[in-house]
Amino acid sequence: MSAPVLEVQNVHKQFPGVKALDGVQLTVERGEVHALLGENGAGKSTLLKILSGAQAADQGECLLDGRRLDPADTPLARQRFGLVTIYQEFNLLPFMSVAENLYLGREPTRRGVIDWKRMREDARTMLLSLGLDVDPQLEVRWLSVAQQQMVEIARAMTQSAQLIIMDEPTAALSSREVDVLHDVIRKLKSRGVSLIYVTHRLQEVKQICDSFTVLRDGRFVARGAVIDAEVGDFVRLMVGRDVEFVKRSRGAPSGVTVMSVKDICTDRDPLGRHATPLHDVSLDVHAGELLGFAGLVGAGRTELARILFGADRCARGVLYLNGRELKPLQHPAEAIEAGLALVPEDRKQQGCFLEQSVSRNLTLPSLRRLAFWRVFVNERRESELVEHYRQALGIKMADAQVAIGTLSGGNQQKVLLARCMALNPKVLIVDEPTRGIDVGAKAEVHQLLCEMAARGTAVIVISSELPELMALCDRIVVFREGRVTGAVSAADANEAALMDLMAVGHS
Amino acid sequence: MKRLRIDAIGWLRRYGTTLFLALLIVFFTSQNERFISLRNLTNILTEGSIYGIIAVGMTFVILTAGVDLAVGSLLAFAGMAGATVAGLFGADVSFSWLIALSSAILVGAAAGYLQGKAVTWLRIPPFIVTLGGMTIWRGATLILHDGAPISGFDSSYRWWGTGTILHVPVPVALFVVVAALGYIVQRYTRYGRHVYAVGGNPEAARLNGLNVTAIVTSVYAMVGVLSGLAGFLQSARLGAAEATAGSGYELRVIASVVIGGASLSGGRGGIGGTIIGALLIGVLTNGLVIMHVSSYWQQVVIGLIIVAAVAFDTFAKARR
Repeated sequence: MSAPVLEVQNVHKQFPGVKALDGVQLTVERGEVHALLGENGAGKSTLLKILSGAQAADQGECLLDGRRLDPADTPLARQRFGLVTIYQEFNLLPFMSVAENLYLGREPTRRGVIDWKRMREDARTMLLSLGLDVDPQLEVRWLSVAQQQMVEIARAMTQSAQLIIMDEPTAALSSREVDVLHDVIRKLKSRGVSLIYVTHRLQEVKQICDSFTVLRDGRFVARGAVIDAEVGDFVRLMVGRDVEFVKRSRGAPSGVTVMSVKDICTDRDPLGRHATPLHDVSLDVHAGELLGFAGLVGAGRTELARILFGADRCARGVLYLNGRELKPLQHPAEAIEAGLALVPEDRKQQGCFLEQSVSRNLTLPSLRRLAFWRVFVNERRESELVEHYRQALGIKMADAQVAIGTLSGGNQQKVLLARCMALNPKVLIVDEPTRGIDVGAKAEVHQLLCEMAARGTAVIVISSELPELMALCDRIVVFREGRVTGAVSAADANEAALMDLMAVGHS
Repeated sequence: MKRLRIDAIGWLRRYGTTLFLALLIVFFTSQNERFISLRNLTNILTEGSIYGIIAVGMTFVILTAGVDLAVGSLLAFAGMAGATVAGLFGADVSFSWLIALSSAILVGAAAGYLQGKAVTWLRIPPFIVTLGGMTIWRGATLILHDGAPISGFDSSYRWWGTGTILHVPVPVALFVVVAALGYIVQRYTRYGRHVYAVGGNPEAARLNGLNVTAIVTSVYAMVGVLSGLAGFLQSARLGAAEATAGSGYELRVIASVVIGGASLSGGRGGIGGTIIGALLIGVLTNGLVIMHVSSYWQQVVIGLIIVAAVAFDTFAKARR
């Protein structure tokens, strides 16, 4: 066997108060897909940043292709050595075309000026090889999240990379798109490109990866061949204990309808963003029920959630809330007033005030209740509220005044859930509540949602992971291209039938 | 050892401006002891109070990731409008100051509200709206009295600029009141929290039920009110409402807020820092005059300090 493409030895990294990496090692062979596993806070992100050149290690060596990497390298320098990183957050320029993004800084030129025709054609070829039928001249901001992700991947492929690091490339992709990605990865492999693959979807590791390394609490735990391991083994190594997706037994929902939606339609993109128009969507939501919204990316689930919450307008139809007939809500303030709460899809862009304290993030919509004469915030009651939820939800933080941006994804999500819980909502909508958070935190979030339902809240869960919906929900409504194609009780649901409803509209 | 250095940077980031202010005071005193005289300090504070009052409002604007370039022109316009309205009632009205004060504040509020509406309704960037406002209000001031100053205020009018309360100059006393109110609003009220939220992440703020448009409009109205108040005080202090009053104040005001640690991208900063920033600019301008540094060089020095303050803040942030 030839020498490994990447060898990382004894890497240490200290942050104020936290030892992020403590003697970590990582070896990636040529032409293999190597899974880097670990819970949030295990040190994966820090290791990736050190590899990509975004941060320097305090100690330790990285050898790429047998050559020692200078810790002072910039990310650009690393890219020139053939080490490309694709982050979870997109690095695309929204107002430039897909083609321009793909060849940014490496534009094909002819006699010193950009050769637009060639750039477009190269881009189209590259996109087609990814199974992405997008006009290369379209500005990136018009693309869906999934399409933007694919452009990111395409861009890495246009750079002649020998090692590609992918940080949760499938977190935002539908299962069809995941299949396309996996095909692409196999092609890369056959060309001798190596990949480091970070994911929380452990089934994926079995499907696509050859070997794995597990980190826990900043330390190296294990390295092995995927073929010799089961998903349960990964989980055990990651958390140091056994965790399963347990189907929780709960009392039956009361059956009282708290919210009813009749014939919701939208004609055009609300706010001009790329959104799926809805067609005659009708459904009932019952008190104490966990209702799942299943569908592929772009099926209209998030669009409906935002319209129910008054976040997007331009909807026709009727909404019954607690037996009262209403027009679709016009502003989130009305929704909160009416007893709705939303944990949005994009934690960082739509949920968190990243630079502000956990406390401020948690109490913002509840301040009215916490204020004298509705004006002056009672800071004592505020900190009591925060402390209550810190204990109840097990939010891990140094204290409530640290910026929420410094917490792990799972803890951020708990803060956003606590923010909604403090409003005592009648209907709670959670959009991808466990995206990008670790296994342990996922189970805790599920537990919290069940407790909310047990107290009589109707909980709507939007998730792209069917096993999650099937384990968690009482009933699942399936969406496809802006229409409801079915509603099944979770007891009768089987994955294949749901997939058919999602993909072709009937089972 | 390493720990200590990181803490030192954090400490400097927090108190560096205050430390620098103290060092400047010591330095100027050592150069010329007239600097520390009561008379000179009163002078610094009175001058500083006028734009300090506006800087309190500007802090809220900048917290929402906005900016208001029109405050200097609005100061002149409101001062001129106040004096004009008071003049309409004739010289023998005993409360001409009250008429002038309330008209100046009303004009400031209306102008600020209009600018806020232009930002929120028409979705024009604040920089452009207030760049337009800067010219519009200056022009309106010239139109109002044909470019000529209005003077001849009675003594109760002049008291607002030149009088004292318990030996404290009236503008300074008002600055203290405005700053205290601003601090309370920013630190202890829901409104204050909402302003930070809107500046930190407008989309998340909206999804938390905040009326982002109303909050953004309100901060421009607020800085308008305070510009009106400052315009009245300036005319009372100088004994005349002049069309050139407050020119260049927008830069001093914005500089005070930024030196005070606020981020132009919103969500970070505070009244406490702004007050230190305003004092720093006041001390620096005055000290350089006392040291006979030419006014040309003063501008260079002040500009360098603004850039250095922000550069340090960025550096300290990157180090964490």
